[in-house]
Amino acid sequence: MTTEQLHDVRLHVNGSVHEVQVPARRLLSDALRHDCGLTGTHVGCEHGVCGACTVLVDGAPMRSCLMLAVSAVDAEITTVEGLTEDDGSLSPVQQAFSDCHGLQCGFCTPGFLTTITAGLRETPDPTEDEAREMIAGNLCRCTGYQNIVKSVLRAAEIEHERSDA
Amino acid sequence: MTTKMFGAKVPRVEDQRFLRGQGRYVDDLLTDDPRLLHSAVLRSPHAHARIVDIDVSDVLDVEGVVAVWTYDDLAGAMAEPLPLLIPHPALTHGRTQYALAKDEVNYVGEAIAFVVAVDRYVAEDAVSRIRVAYEQLTPVVGIAAARAATSAVHDDVPDNVGARMEQENGDARAAIARAPHTLTLELDVERSACTPMEGRGTVARWDPDTSRLTVWSSTQTSTGVRGCVAAKLGLDLAKVDVVTPDVGGGFGVKINHPWPEELLVPLAAMTLGKPVKFTEDRREHFISSAHERAQQHHVEVGFDDDGRVLGLNVEFWHDHGAYTPYGLIVPIITSTQLLGPYKPQNYRVAFESLYTNTVIVTPYRGAGRPQGCFVMERTMDAIAAYLGKDRTEVRSTNFIQPDEFPYEHGLVFQDGRELTYDSGDYPASLAKLKALVGWDEFEDFRAEMAAQGRRVGIGLACYVEGTGVGPYEGAHVHVETSGKVKVATGLTTQGQGHQTAFAQIVADTLGVRFEDVEITTGDTRKMPYAVGTFASRAAVMSGSAIHLAALRAKEKALRIAAEALEASEDDLEIADGVVSVRGTDASIDLGTIAVLSNPLRYAFDEASKAATQFSVGDPGKPPVAEDDEPGLEGKDFYSPPRSTFANGMHAVIVETDPDTAEIRILKYAVVHDCGHLINPMIVEGQIHGGVAQGVGGALYERMAYDESGQLLNASFMDFLMPYATEVPTSIDIDHLETPSPLNPLGIKGAGEAGVIPSAAVFAAAIEDAEGFPITSMPISPSELFELRLAHTDEPHPTTTPTTAG
Repeated sequence: MTTEQLHDVRLHVNGSVHEVQVPARRLLSDALRHDCGLTGTHVGCEHGVCGACTVLVDGAPMRSCLMLAVSAVDAEITTVEGLTEDDGSLSPVQQAFSDCHGLQCGFCTPGFLTTITAGLRETPDPTEDEAREMIAGNLCRCTGYQNIVKSVLRAAEIEHERSDA
Repeated sequence: MTTKMFGAKVPRVEDQRFLRGQGRYVDDLLTDDPRLLHSAVLRSPHAHARIVDIDVSDVLDVEGVVAVWTYDDLAGAMAEPLPLLIPHPALTHGRTQYALAKDEVNYVGEAIAFVVAVDRYVAEDAVSRIRVAYEQLTPVVGIAAARAATSAVHDDVPDNVGARMEQENGDARAAIARAPHTLTLELDVERSACTPMEGRGTVARWDPDTSRLTVWSSTQTSTGVRGCVAAKLGLDLAKVDVVTPDVGGGFGVKINHPWPEELLVPLAAMTLGKPVKFTEDRREHFISSAHERAQQHHVEVGFDDDGRVLGLNVEFWHDHGAYTPYGLIVPIITSTQLLGPYKPQNYRVAFESLYTNTVIVTPYRGAGRPQGCFVMERTMDAIAAYLGKDRTEVRSTNFIQPDEFPYEHGLVFQDGRELTYDSGDYPASLAKLKALVGWDEFEDFRAEMAAQGRRVGIGLACYVEGTGVGPYEGAHVHVETSGKVKVATGLTTQGQGHQTAFAQIVADTLGVRFEDVEITTGDTRKMPYAVGTFASRAAVMSGSAIHLAALRAKEKALRIAAEALEASEDDLEIADGVVSVRGTDASIDLGTIAVLSNPLRYAFDEASKAATQFSVGDPGKPPVAEDDEPGLEGKDFYSPPRSTFANGMHAVIVETDPDTAEIRILKYAVVHDCGHLINPMIVEGQIHGGVAQGVGGALYERMAYDESGQLLNASFMDFLMPYATEVPTSIDIDHLETPSPLNPLGIKGAGEAGVIPSAAVFAAAIEDAEGFPITSMPISPSELFELRLAHTDEPHPTTTPTTAG
C-alpha cells in the first residue's frame, strides 16, 4: 500500500504556532489533541452532534471533528487551554462554571466553555431563554443543563463586574 | 475554630483542572510518547452468524500496521470466555463472550479481530481489509422473539432462558383470589443506555526494566480490572497496576469489566513492548458496550376498598442481550426494588432473563429500579383510578410507616442480604412533594388551562433505592511532615466530585484545613483493596471508610501530641491542623506530630531534625513501640451489614398538545431523602443529571433494533439524548434528611436517584392529561397520537378489572 502523503501545516493555536505534518484526512480535533498536545479539546461523537470538540476558529465556534487540520491553516484557533486570562486566572465563563457547579465529569465542558465565550460576545446580556438557546447545540450527560444555564447568566455578570472594576 | 465542612456547598477542587483543559482522561495519556501505538477492532456486522473463515493476509501490507490478533492467536486464559462476574444459582445458563469471537458472533458489534498500528486511522484502514466469511444464523431480537424461541441465540440454550427466579413473601396468588378487587396490567419498558460523553478506553504500558504492567482504563472499578488483567495474562497481581484517570461519565456501563479491549490492549503492550491505546468511538459505544432497561411485566394485584394492596403477583421478562457477564443483578434489583415505599401484604415475583442477539445488558443508572418503579407506580395509579381515589391517598394507605423501621420485606436483595429498609419517612416526603408541586391546587390549574384550550396533567412517583451496597471500601490517610494530608480510597470517580466531598469529611474528622487535603481514587498502587463505584455507593462506602481512617490518624496524632505537650489526651483538640491544649497556649501542629511519629536516623530538612536519634525518644525503649508503627497514618475499612435505603418522590406537570401530541414539561418537583448531605450542591447536581437522563428515557431515548438485529440509531444524530431545550427549565428540589443508622455519617447514596421514577412519573402525568392508560415507555408524540386514535372509542382496554368488589 502506498505511503500516505503528509502535508506541512502551520496551525495558530492560542497565540502559538504549531508546525505539524499531517495527512489530508486528519481531523482538526485529532491534530489539536495528538499533534499539538492540546488534549483539553475532547471528542465525544466524531459526527458534529455533541459539541464537546468545539473550538473557536477566528472567534467563531466550530466543531473541530468536522474540520480537517489542513483547512485550518490560516485561522486563529482558540481551544479551552486558551480561554484563561493572561495572568492565568479563570475567564469569566470558566469562573462561572466553578461558581455554579456547571460541570461534573468535565468531558463536555471545554465545548461549552468555548461556545459560551463566543456566545456572550454576540449576546453580552442574555435572558435565561437566550442562555439556554446559546448552549442548545451541546450535549452534557451529567448536569441536566440546569447549572450550565445558570453559568451562562453568571458569566455575563462576571464580565460586567470585571469590566466595571 | 474550623468551619464545619460536612453539609456545606463547597466549590469543587477538581473543577480547576477541568476548566483549564487540564483534565487527564484516558485518551489524553501518553500522547507525547512517540512509541505509543493505537488500535482498532473489527466488529461483527451480523447479529447472529457462524464465522467460517477470517483472512487477515492483506492487513500487514498496510504501512503502519504492527500486529493483528484473532481468536486463533489467543492462548491460555485469554482463549477462555470472559469471566461471569456475578454468578447466581438461578443463572443456570450463564454465557459470556470471548475476547475475540470464537466460531460464532451473537450481536452486531461483537469483537472479532484486533489491529494495532501507528495511529487509529491506519488501524481502521487495516480493519477494513480483514475478510470474514460468515454463515448467517437466524437472529433473535426482542423479548417476544426470545420467548417464542423459534430460534435460539445459543445452541445449548434452546428456550433462550438464561435464568428463572422466583421470590415470594406470603401467598400472593391466594391473597389476590380473596381480595375484594383485582386488576391486571401489561407493562413494557424499552432499551436505552448510559451513553457517557466519553466512551470506553484503555492504555497499557509494559515496563521491561521492572517487569510491571500499568493499565489506565476508563472504568468504574480499577481493582476489578486489575484482577481480570492479572488472571487473563497470567501475571502475579503484584505485577499489575491499574489506574483510573479522569473519567468522562460512567452511569453504570463502565462497571462491567473486563471489556475485550481491556485485555487485548495490555496483551498487545506486553507482546509488542510498546504502549498501546484503545479509544472507543461513538458508534462502537452504541454497538459494543452495554444497554439496559428492556422488560415486559404482567401484574396481578388484589386490593381492598381503601386501595390497600393485599396481594401483588408480578411476572416479568428481562432482555439481557447476547451474554450475561453481570449475572442477574438488574432483574433482581427490579424484582425487589419494585416494592418502593410500600408494604403489600403478600408479594410474589418471578422473572425469566432472556437471551437475544443484541448488545449485552448491564446496569445503567438506576439498574432495574426505573422499571420496577414504573410497574409499582402504574399499579398504584390503576388502583386509584379504579376506586376513584386521589393517587396520593392510595399511596399513603400503602406506605411503610416511620415507626415500622427497620422494615423487613422477607426477600433477598441484590447483595445476597435480606431486603430490610433501615429508615425513612415516606408520609413526610409525600407531604413535602404535594406542597412543592401544588398537588392540591392542580384541579384549579387544570380548569384554568382548559379554558385556554390547553391540556395538562399531573403525575407523581415514589421510589426506594438500596444504596451503599457492600462488600466494603477502604481508605488510607497519611499526614505528611508538611501537614498536608494525602488520602487514598480505591473506588473510582466519574464526575461525582469525590475529591471535594471526601476532603470535606477528612477536614471535619481530622480537624485540618480543607485545602490541605488531597484525595486519590481508583489507583491500585495507592489502595489495592476496593470494589468500585456503582449502586450509589461511593459516598456511603468510601465516605465512611475515609471517616474511620481519619479517626485512626486523629487518635494517633492526639497520642503523640499528648506526650509532646505533656498533657492528657482528653484536654486536646484539633483545629486547622493544630493540636492545642484547651484553655492554654500550648500547641503543636500536625506536621510536627508527623515528624515525631517517624523516628529518623537522617534529617532531610530543618523540621525533620526534631525526629533524629539524639533529639527524641527514650533511650531505654525501642524507638517504635511494639504495638505501634512509624508515620502519622490511619487506615480502615467500612463493611456494612446490608445496604442503606434512600428514597424520594417526583412529581411532574405536563402539557400535551391537542394537535401534535407533543409533550411539554411545565413543572418538575423532587423530594429526596438520602440521609445527611455531605455537599448539597453536588447532591443537587446529581439529581439534576438524573432527572435529565430520566426525561431522555421517558420521552426520547430508545435503542431501535430492526428484526435482523441492526441497531438503526447508533449515533447521536438518531439516538435522541436531551439537549438543554428538552429538560425542565427548572427542577424544584426539597430534601428530607433521615439519617441511616448503618454508617457513622448517617448518609445514604444519591447518584442514581434522579432517574429512577422518570418513566413512572411521566406516564402518570400523560395519562392524567389524556384520560387513557399509558402502559409502555418511552413514549413519543407519534405514539401518543396513535394512542389517542386507538382510545377514541375504547377508553381502558389494557387495565383490566377481573372482578368487581
